[in-house]
Amino acid sequence: MRVVMDRIKQGEILVCDGAMGSLLMDRAKEHLQGTCPESINLSHPEIIEEIAALYINAGADIIETNTFGGSPLKLASYSLDDKTEEINRAAIMAAKKASNNEAYICASIGPSGKLLKPFGDTEPTEIYESFYRQINAIVNSGADMIMIETMTDLNEAVLALDATRNISSSIPVVVSMTYECTPRGFFTIMGVSVEMVSKKLEDSGVDMIGSNCGNGIENLVLIAKEHKKHSNLPIMIQANAGIPELKEGIPFYPETPEFMAKKCEELIRLDVSIIGGCCGTTPEHIHAIRKVVDVNNNG
Amino acid sequence: MDILQQISDQIDLGDDEIVHELTTIAIEQKIPLKKILDEGLLQGMNIVGQKFKEHKLFLPEVLMAAKAMNAGMELIKPLLLSDSIPMKAKVVIGTVRGDLHDIGKNLVGVMLKGAGFEIIDLGNDVTPEKFVETAKTEGAEFIGMSALLTTTMPVMKEVVDQIRKENLEEKIQTLIGGAAVSRSYAEEIGATAYCYDGSNAVEYLNSIV
Repeated sequence: MRVVMDRIKQGEILVCDGAMGSLLMDRAKEHLQGTCPESINLSHPEIIEEIAALYINAGADIIETNTFGGSPLKLASYSLDDKTEEINRAAIMAAKKASNNEAYICASIGPSGKLLKPFGDTEPTEIYESFYRQINAIVNSGADMIMIETMTDLNEAVLALDATRNISSSIPVVVSMTYECTPRGFFTIMGVSVEMVSKKLEDSGVDMIGSNCGNGIENLVLIAKEHKKHSNLPIMIQANAGIPELKEGIPFYPETPEFMAKKCEELIRLDVSIIGGCCGTTPEHIHAIRKVVDVNNNG
Repeated sequence: MDILQQISDQIDLGDDEIVHELTTIAIEQKIPLKKILDEGLLQGMNIVGQKFKEHKLFLPEVLMAAKAMNAGMELIKPLLLSDSIPMKAKVVIGTVRGDLHDIGKNLVGVMLKGAGFEIIDLGNDVTPEKFVETAKTEGAEFIGMSALLTTTMPVMKEVVDQIRKENLEEKIQTLIGGAAVSRSYAEEIGATAYCYDGSNAVEYLNSIV
């Protein structure tokens, strides 16, 4: 398989997978009582393989691992921090087994769940070391790329990025933030704008920047536009299937595969390099996005 | 400048050391405690809350302001209690069972504290039993629940049902919030109110307390 960044630099658009959490809940609800989603990597890796295979069959070039909350700081809430290495390694192995070298294995790195000093109570070194331990396990297990995602504090994202770069100077890294739409534009809850991210990360050693979660596809088209305005770095976008609504008491995500795929044409026009899905998206969404992307890549 | 105005300004700037100092002076000057609280500490936090609502500032500034307010509050609170000046209502808050997303919930806690409410924060992954038991033993009038995930939203209904079952509806109101929930969900499960963020929760509680 060709190296992911080469393909992107040559203008190819790659498709990433969709939501992990909801598929995991459907298949492993009883195993998730009182524990975290990452524990499934050890207890039922076959479920993780099955989900990865669904997305690969749907046409994903890139599979994200079940490691979003796999930092020791997060795992400590379940007294699983001493299993950090095993849990992250098992996630990579399960994704690799499913991919059979047909998809890139992209390790998901979510926020630490802690707030940095001075407004929070956690020292930067504590968060850095937590990311370092997780990412070290991930790189040693042979992940193809790193996705630092759903970030709202840019300083925290940079700690994860620095940890990655101190482990490997070559592994491709994406930093993806979660924005809210305010009357003054898009900001993370910590007050970070797309422009601030672009400026701070331009020469930081990151390979791609982007946004996931918090919004449906229409807002993410606007966010991609902002990115384009402020940075030359390749862009990664993973939208939610809208914001949950209720149908007869059961919450559901309103954006259909067809709707999201149609809107992806706008992302393609903005030269977005990786398109995937976040909360509420399914293999059907990814399949629909694949078709739209293929039209572009082949045409 | 009026010292209470200065306290308010310094909370807006998020300087806990100066707020601590100024509150000490205000107490020494025998300014009525209730006045220091209302026109200094809570006034400052009100301004911050308003700015947050208008997206003029963000979570870090609110958290710094809350720290500054608490620096004054810890001086005033024991004196208020010994003068038996009542605090506003008690609110038990938490993120529901199975859900670990607590940034929004923490923010609601900060804003409510800033508006003078007494907060009992149960953290995240809180069972329905724990919500109801704590509200009962603490004599809290409100339970505030947060859920970010569609999969954990139904826990909110369990809390509402439990309160109904124990005939506590007159005593304990339920407020819900979080990315996954909505006004219509609150109506559907019979929660008292839906609050979309911290300042909305303050507005709602101020309107009924």
